Amino acid sequence: MISELGHFALILALCVAVAQAIVPMVGAARRDANLMAVGSSASVVQFLLIASAFAALMHAFVTSDFSVKLVAENSHTLKPMIYKIAGVWGNHEGSMLLWVLILSLFGTLITLFGGNLPPTLKARVLSVQAMISVGFLLFIVVTSNPFERLFPPPVEGNGLNPLLQDPGLAMHPPVLYTGYVGFSIAFSFAVAALIEGRVDAAWARWVRPWTLLAWSFLTAGIALGSWWAYYELGWGGFWYWDPVENASFMPWLVGTALLHSAIVVERRDALKTWTILLAILTFSLSLIGTFLVRSGVLTSVHAFANDPGRGVFILGLLVIAIGGSLILYAWRAPQLKGGGLFAPVSREGALLLNNLILATAAATVFLGTLYPLFLEAAGGGKVSVGPPYYNATFVPLMAPLVAALGVGPLLAWKRADLPGALSRLKFAAAAALVGLVVTAWLTWGRSVLGAIAIGAAVWLVVAVVTEFAGRIRLGAVPLGQSISRALGLPRSAWGMTLAHFGLAGVIAGAAAASLWSDERIIAMHPGETTTIAGYSVTLAGVAPVKGPNYTSRQATFKVTRDHALVTTLYPERRRYVVSGQETTESAIWTRAAGDLYAVIGDPQKGGGYVVRLYYKPLVVWIWLGAAVMVLGGLMSLSDRRLRVGAPTRRLRGAPAGAAPAE
Amino acid sequence: MKRLVFLVPLVVFICLAAYLGYGLTRDSRILPSTLINKPAPNFDLPALIPGGAGLKTADLKGHVSLVNVFASWCVPCRAEHPIWATVAAEAKVPIYGINWKDKREQATAWLKEMGNPYTRIGYDPDNKAGVEWGVYGAPETYVIDRKGRVRYKVVGPVFEQTFNEKILPLIRQLRKES
Repeated sequence: MISELGHFALILALCVAVAQAIVPMVGAARRDANLMAVGSSASVVQFLLIASAFAALMHAFVTSDFSVKLVAENSHTLKPMIYKIAGVWGNHEGSMLLWVLILSLFGTLITLFGGNLPPTLKARVLSVQAMISVGFLLFIVVTSNPFERLFPPPVEGNGLNPLLQDPGLAMHPPVLYTGYVGFSIAFSFAVAALIEGRVDAAWARWVRPWTLLAWSFLTAGIALGSWWAYYELGWGGFWYWDPVENASFMPWLVGTALLHSAIVVERRDALKTWTILLAILTFSLSLIGTFLVRSGVLTSVHAFANDPGRGVFILGLLVIAIGGSLILYAWRAPQLKGGGLFAPVSREGALLLNNLILATAAATVFLGTLYPLFLEAAGGGKVSVGPPYYNATFVPLMAPLVAALGVGPLLAWKRADLPGALSRLKFAAAAALVGLVVTAWLTWGRSVLGAIAIGAAVWLVVAVVTEFAGRIRLGAVPLGQSISRALGLPRSAWGMTLAHFGLAGVIAGAAAASLWSDERIIAMHPGETTTIAGYSVTLAGVAPVKGPNYTSRQATFKVTRDHALVTTLYPERRRYVVSGQETTESAIWTRAAGDLYAVIGDPQKGGGYVVRLYYKPLVVWIWLGAAVMVLGGLMSLSDRRLRVGAPTRRLRGAPAGAAPAE
Repeated sequence: MKRLVFLVPLVVFICLAAYLGYGLTRDSRILPSTLINKPAPNFDLPALIPGGAGLKTADLKGHVSLVNVFASWCVPCRAEHPIWATVAAEAKVPIYGINWKDKREQATAWLKEMGNPYTRIGYDPDNKAGVEWGVYGAPETYVIDRKGRVRYKVVGPVFEQTFNEKILPLIRQLRKES
């Protein structure tokens, strides 16, 4: 009964979304306040309806109602409660429902926090949001009904893929989707602006917080996914350039570009058509990501349902949404008035360079992801594009990006003094050089790329510190005054500093962990000892352990250094009772300098076990760096200028003297 | 002229959409399997139907055959199932079933309802053979040659088109091989 109510609520939500897509748009064209107001109430109603449908599905999962097909296929009574709940979105139908839930939540947030938006813009934004809703609700109702019943209901469910039964992964989809879907707002704003025919500083200021929010969540979502892959898959890798990972990484790259180009629109009224294009592309890439994951066009470990019928439907949605918005762009964008001019060497110029590099990087990843498809279309065989391609294309693009990133924040708007900025970075350059040489010396004979990466990270850290120190006039005025200056800085300035800082951590961690990791893959008998990265690791014993829905073989490793016990590791090999699937639970000892990573494998004929040990230097910095980046994004989001919202359209931003660089 | 620049994203997208559309038309289910051209893995399953024939590696030697992984809970299996009766009659090859992660009562009831085209059915409730075969979802179908080697693998349901265009010609060719 509750499931039928959920299904009904979903269909009602579709009807409401249709009304929300049409009525406010007509109202905005006719300047009819009553018609425009429909958008606000409809968005709230739509959200409540989808939320009740979602609650109904969650109820079915929590109570293990196996007469609902989705629950029978993905849940099990023995599953711990958290995974019963996570099971709601651990499958195609449920995750699509989560997708539209977040989409409608964002629509409601525009209604709630968009009080200062001009009514026509608000009406149009809500209408475009509803159009996206209509597409996806239709998709769910027609091809992926989560409430389908099963008769006769089975006594027990099939269980959730044990790899997915993990706290990190339980949170990964909601966080990632909030990022993906959050970019729909930038998209709606871009389309609405094209319809209105006007983009100005006020528009950029309305778009920026939403973009920041989406970007922060997407960053966190990608980081969570990579962290999960690291500790759960048992290979010690953190990024595989898998099509589905790329599907989330491409919107991140373009979204990062958007974040920066919106600053130029806000501050200088320039780069407007480019920013609009980025807003369209970011969400388009999110949609294409959804398509790639669900259509079965590309084969991937992440792929959900391989159903060509669904693929055709999503492709249709893509063509309407992306094709439609790009037609609108080709038609209306040339009419937008250009804004402020700037010299190539200027803050704008630096941000444009950042944009171009990020866009090129995204294009590189895009080509790598779709190349197998292109090649097959041209009659070639099945190929997969692996890390060597990305190492040869993506990594070299990051070098100029990081180099420019150090300089950019020191440049003034409009026209800047490059030699002046560079002379302030003398110390950063020297530090980077020292970092490079020391690293090269320490790791002599191994990849030179690592030394360059560490040099780049040092450069970035010192350049960021230099910029921040300059801003609070550290050393030029008494320390107390510097501190009060730092406290008085806009939060967006703090946000920028933190985010750039975090990036340095990610670069250092990713380079060190991929280039200098050590591994031992050997057969060990209990009592035997091996060494890795200066540690002695002894297999003390292996014992069976019982969990709630699995049985496990747990190994005990004593790790010593210079004959002193430093830690004990307990990796497991779990066998899930319901499905019979096995998972490896690696044991990881984390320190800032590196992770010791142990995996216990299958027993050997002679009584020993296959053991895999890895040493991953600096790997934790990847996720610490990502966390700092997210913190920076949220800090920037809490900036007063964004919270108070934009002033009226005629008024420009704060006086230039107090201008933070973001 | 300047307007044309703004058409570039649209044109690029149209090309992309055409490619993606093409991608949907091709059969993405034919996955390269590590088992292709290798001997079928070692396995030995008891019979699903009490008194019936079980399935083990040795059963696959000496003739061309199909191995089909199925389960009663699997909806695509239901969709592809009717084709096996036709195959049994037309292609004149034995179809061996691996009943995967299923319950005996439910599987036998399902076969009673849908018909039983299988010459032998191995019962694999705990994915013992499934691991050996690298099964990651039902249904999966394998074409086995006389020497007991895996020659072809289909992930997902087999429909008439795949059968007539890929599987049937392959079976005919394999018959000719000594």
